[in-house]
Amino acid sequence: MKFGVVVFPGSNCDQDSVDVLGNILGQEVVKLWHKDHDLQQCDFIILPGGFSFGDYLRSGAIARFSPIMQEVIQFANKGGYVMGICNGFQILAEAGLVPGALLHNDHRKFNCKNIFLKPQTLDSLVTNQLGLNKALKIPVAHGEGNYFADADTLKMLNDQDQILFKYCDEAGNISLESNPNGSIQNIAGVCNKQRNVFGLMPHPERAADSLLGNQDGLGIFESILKTVDA
Amino acid sequence: MEYNQLTTLETANDLGLRPEEFERIKEILGRTPNFTELSIFSVMWSEHCSYKNSITWLKTLPKDGPRMLAKAGEENAGMVDLGDGIACVFKIESHNHPSALEPYQGAATGVGGINRDIFTMGARPVAQLNSLRFGDINQERTKWLIKGIVKGIGDYGNAFGIPTVGGEVFFDDCYNVNPLVNAMSAGILEVGDMISATSFGVGNPVFIVGSATGKDGIHGAAFASKNITEDSVNDLPSVQVGDPFQEKLLLEASLEVIKTGAVIGMQDMGAAGIICSNAEMSAKGEHGMRIDLDKVPMRQPNMEPFEILLSESQERMLIVVEKGREAEVQVVFDKWDLNCIQIGEVTANGRLEYYVHDELVADVPADDLVLGGGAPVYEREYKEPAYFAENKKFNIEDITEPEDLKVAAMHLISHPNIASKRWVTEQYDSMVGAATITTNFPSDAALTSIKGTNKALALTIDCNSRYVYADPQKGCAIAVAEAARNITCAGGEPVAITNCLNFGNPYVPEVYWQFVSAIKGMSEACVKFETPVTGGNVSFYNQSTDDGPVFPTPAIGMLGVLDNVENRMSLDFKKAGDLIFLIGENKNDISSSEYLASFHKVSASPAPYFDLDEEYDMHQVVKQLILSKVIESAHDVADGGLYITLLESAMPRGLGFDIESDDEVRKDAFLFGEAQGRVLVSVKADKEEEFVELMATSEVEFSLLGTVSEGDLLVDGELFATVQESKEVFDNVLHHILGQA
Repeated sequence: MKFGVVVFPGSNCDQDSVDVLGNILGQEVVKLWHKDHDLQQCDFIILPGGFSFGDYLRSGAIARFSPIMQEVIQFANKGGYVMGICNGFQILAEAGLVPGALLHNDHRKFNCKNIFLKPQTLDSLVTNQLGLNKALKIPVAHGEGNYFADADTLKMLNDQDQILFKYCDEAGNISLESNPNGSIQNIAGVCNKQRNVFGLMPHPERAADSLLGNQDGLGIFESILKTVDA
Repeated sequence: MEYNQLTTLETANDLGLRPEEFERIKEILGRTPNFTELSIFSVMWSEHCSYKNSITWLKTLPKDGPRMLAKAGEENAGMVDLGDGIACVFKIESHNHPSALEPYQGAATGVGGINRDIFTMGARPVAQLNSLRFGDINQERTKWLIKGIVKGIGDYGNAFGIPTVGGEVFFDDCYNVNPLVNAMSAGILEVGDMISATSFGVGNPVFIVGSATGKDGIHGAAFASKNITEDSVNDLPSVQVGDPFQEKLLLEASLEVIKTGAVIGMQDMGAAGIICSNAEMSAKGEHGMRIDLDKVPMRQPNMEPFEILLSESQERMLIVVEKGREAEVQVVFDKWDLNCIQIGEVTANGRLEYYVHDELVADVPADDLVLGGGAPVYEREYKEPAYFAENKKFNIEDITEPEDLKVAAMHLISHPNIASKRWVTEQYDSMVGAATITTNFPSDAALTSIKGTNKALALTIDCNSRYVYADPQKGCAIAVAEAARNITCAGGEPVAITNCLNFGNPYVPEVYWQFVSAIKGMSEACVKFETPVTGGNVSFYNQSTDDGPVFPTPAIGMLGVLDNVENRMSLDFKKAGDLIFLIGENKNDISSSEYLASFHKVSASPAPYFDLDEEYDMHQVVKQLILSKVIESAHDVADGGLYITLLESAMPRGLGFDIESDDEVRKDAFLFGEAQGRVLVSVKADKEEEFVELMATSEVEFSLLGTVSEGDLLVDGELFATVQESKEVFDNVLHHILGQA
């Protein structure tokens, strides 16, 4: 399986994703420059974290117009796999590839810390190897991660099982206190209706190396490999 | 004033130059300078650029060592050899004055500046730290400063994409008017890949790259060399505006352009802008430059020559390129959509000649502008202040021991100087780069793994400025010792330091005495720990007209290395039942402790107990304990004393402690005293014998304090609190004062 990690000007988690996929999981992985139109026959595209174009307007609002994004959108619309992490999720939302929007955190501060996530469905490429009851310790690092969707969209997300992750506490309780940014229904990650585009605010690539003492994020990548290789 | 008009002593005075300096300038030029030229000298000879009032003493610091690859003063930052072909470039710098006026941009551009110092040498920054000092946290202005400064550091560093892994935050009324903002960065490169800040080769083109030049930050370096007064608000244009997105692009483009091999020299533009980089690079390469100022990309029309030269617009670099290879450079900056404009070329005569539309507007010799060249050097007089002798009269017996020490313990846990700084640190991305080991292994120093190797950097900034005020020589030696202790407790080997010397007005003899004494203390300790001084920054004039100088604050940024990251050590107790030992000795000492200062409100006391030789010996035995895998945790006893150290080791895993106090010393001194040279360790019961045997190979004192408990905090059988209730308070002190938002 060949992964492509898009590099926008201002991306800063691109190398971290490349390291996890290439060094830890031994996958073929290339970086895709935002000015290019060539996805280099990748099977899976990752939009990494960072501050694309400085995020001075709305996070992701400019990156979605990058040349490579026109190819990514076409690829996704044809069923190609795309995952956006943090800024990547914001770009996917701006591009309309996943429902909802990411607002400023309710406390109005950037927030970086370990939080806990609870997978909400096993019926997705990125969660199928996870459990529904175990809370995963994964870091967040964002100022605009407050997921919002209107009532109709929320109903659709719930009805169609599109919610991938919710914020929870260490014991797995999905509570107000465990919500780091004010996200509606504690939503941390969603997929599109066709279940080939995935967005999440937390950073699984920062919780994959044993050296860092936390590999709770590895399961997300392993889910991808397991399904696609099978 | 017209740029070409000849100047007078009055103008020189307005620009902050002294009469004898004006005379010297006329002598150098052989004529009266015009306004542009005088402006050039005023910034280049400001304290900020020339170190004229500090260099005599800075030269006494130890700067040699077997690992040194670029020594203090040689390049933009110090560079040390970490072995296996890997080198580390690191430096700390202040941005105090801008942050006092415009906290957000002042702090943000401090972060930008220090990182450019690192990547201009060809190193990729991998970790940032900062040291912040504020006044009374309950004052509205202080809250405004904290919120602005922390957000400024966060927004810049987070977008730049390098983790902020450590630092310190300290509050004292002496910083009410003049906060301190010191930013540190460390970068990694391969030995031999360094790019120097030099310029040579007649005819080689000179490029300016990065952001356009605007009117921001003009005379910023001169501004940093003045006291803060009510009129300082008029200096607001002296504060620069930062753009971390441009900085990120500049980082990637700079590292990429170095790989072309076409670059002769490169220097960032920070303090004193174009003129400083032109002068320093030319002086180093013993050449000159002809520069066409009208070619500089400008952000606004009608900029005067002196404004273009002195502008401190951020995110710019000056690059001297091998003639004929311009296209290779251009293609890199085109890729990153950055300006890359040739503005001049290298000349043979050692002069800096500035033209506007082919008219010569300034002509000055490069070497006479810079430190080590013609910049003035002053020996300032100094005098021991009266308070120093007063402090020594302090007697612990004059302090009544409180009946209920639990109240004092809770006071300390609730104090902003002791409590968790997570309100601050969680606003920084501490994990980008996926190399921060200490996220999940809390340690006394931040540990950053060096990708592709088994090594890790250990980084810390330390300075208890209350100790330094009490006794500058001893206090500064303590700052170095504490930094080394933190590195050691994290499993690292101390390698070298960078310093940020924040003091008051050097023309006040009592202030200068603090400076001289601190330098002496730093020297002693750096020699002992074999940690040469690789450079740093001097920030004088940290005082206000009303409140006098801030505490002398020589922040010590120390770099350590772990050759094998498996030898790291964390500070948290691992398991109930483990034994708790104190390495080092209890002392009947509460001098300059947080307990004495804020609980008893006594400010006149000497620095706490400290013995440099004992301290060093203690570190060596801690290293052995870590390498021999005999201990489960190590945490140094610092601010707040032993009780706070115990609590900090207990909290991460929700454990507690059950200890007995020492009959030889007062119980308040035992619990809250800040005598130096102590480290708290925990040991599995079945390793006790091994531990005692290893300790017996040294002369270092140690004692069994008790055991790790399930969560109760017990001293002599008395329940002080539970870990849960203590943690609840400890974690939320700053949130309660500063609010959630």
